[in-house]
Amino acid sequence: MNEITVTVNGRHRRELVEPRLLLSDFIRHTLGLTGTHVGCEHGVCGACTVRLDGVAVRSCLVFAVQVDGAELETVEGLAGGGELTPLQAAFREAHALQCGFCTPGILMAAADLLDRDEAPSRAEITELLSGHLCRCTGYEPIVDAIAAASEGKA
Amino acid sequence: MKPALFEYRRAESLDNALELLEEGGVDAKPLAGGQSLVPLLNMRFLRPSRLVDLNGIEGLDRIERENGSVRLGALVRQSALDRSPLVRERCPLLAECVPHIGHFVTRNRGTVGGSIAHADGGAELPVALVALGGTVVTQSRSGRRQLPAQEFFVTHFTTALEPGELVIHTTWPGASSGWGYAFEELAQRHGDFALAIAACALRVEEGRVAEARLCLGAVTDRPTLVDVRLAGRPVDAEAAREAAESARAAVEPVATMHASTEYLRHLTGVLTERAVLRAGRNAAEVAA
Repeated sequence: MNEITVTVNGRHRRELVEPRLLLSDFIRHTLGLTGTHVGCEHGVCGACTVRLDGVAVRSCLVFAVQVDGAELETVEGLAGGGELTPLQAAFREAHALQCGFCTPGILMAAADLLDRDEAPSRAEITELLSGHLCRCTGYEPIVDAIAAASEGKA
Repeated sequence: MKPALFEYRRAESLDNALELLEEGGVDAKPLAGGQSLVPLLNMRFLRPSRLVDLNGIEGLDRIERENGSVRLGALVRQSALDRSPLVRERCPLLAECVPHIGHFVTRNRGTVGGSIAHADGGAELPVALVALGGTVVTQSRSGRRQLPAQEFFVTHFTTALEPGELVIHTTWPGASSGWGYAFEELAQRHGDFALAIAACALRVEEGRVAEARLCLGAVTDRPTLVDVRLAGRPVDAEAAREAAESARAAVEPVATMHASTEYLRHLTGVLTERAVLRAGRNAAEVAA
């Protein structure tokens, strides 16, 4: 077992992990943060996307032992103090989710995109969403929500 | 799906990584971005005894100008290519291929060196590197080697790397006057594995092709250069059609559940034709 120290949504955590423990399982099982969802476990569905040192990554393709010393943000970190972020509010407004399984991953990826790109085009948003499987919405409302969030910000 | 047991070692430096790999023997594997390796571990297609994590090695994540070329450290993340003015200016073909690599989120983590060393026959970066006539630089305990990309790729997931040897950087020849480039790929959905790739680099002098390199991917077991017999001709519709014919004749694609051999061969021709025409137009624009 390896000891790791990691900052998760602003809180320090020190835990023992087996090297083969996926970051996604560490987040859900060790930390109890079940907002991060696990779909395919081989990097295709995008449901487990979190931010590692600010950058959106698939948590099923990183080992927990690799994030020693890093800063992690999960979907639970978005709505500080119970207030939805503009991106989350735009999702609610645009009906960008139904069952919600894909939503946490998409929110974390879109938050990264919007931090880097003030006004992504619909084509760029669609390209981002190619890495996230959603079986309910048909994606259009999600594109609308991300576009609306970026407009609200500009 | 969870990986089988392995021992995890984080390399502190390049020398340390080479030591840890040698000590780990043939079953030790280097881990860079992990975007191809970790799925294979999760599915237990691979069960290495030891993973040597390269992510902490300093100095391997630089994008630098080297004479007329661009040198990419093995740990440069694919997403960094997107944001690099040097790559956009000096390596238009590379810049054009990046959006085809996986997805926004996987490019955040996936590395250039990892993609080159993994040598998936359908991967974009190896095709672009061979099309440009680039170089792979490797390091092992017994020294450094510099290999033309064309010789580096052997077949599916197989390269000229010896056990205990790492890719440390790749060199991408920069654009110069008269050159035009185009990268064409078709996948079923954006970010899926390519069905076929055609990348073209050509130099036009006084309206005629002086040099041309056409590299195919995904329909072959490794990036494959095809002689498309463009030299001395203007890049017109007829030349592009004949280039497509040469490309079709050069491949024997393996049918998958999604596409027959015949369809993939047809697609190879279509993408080659497009790549040649567009590279020709781009060369003309640069010259103008």
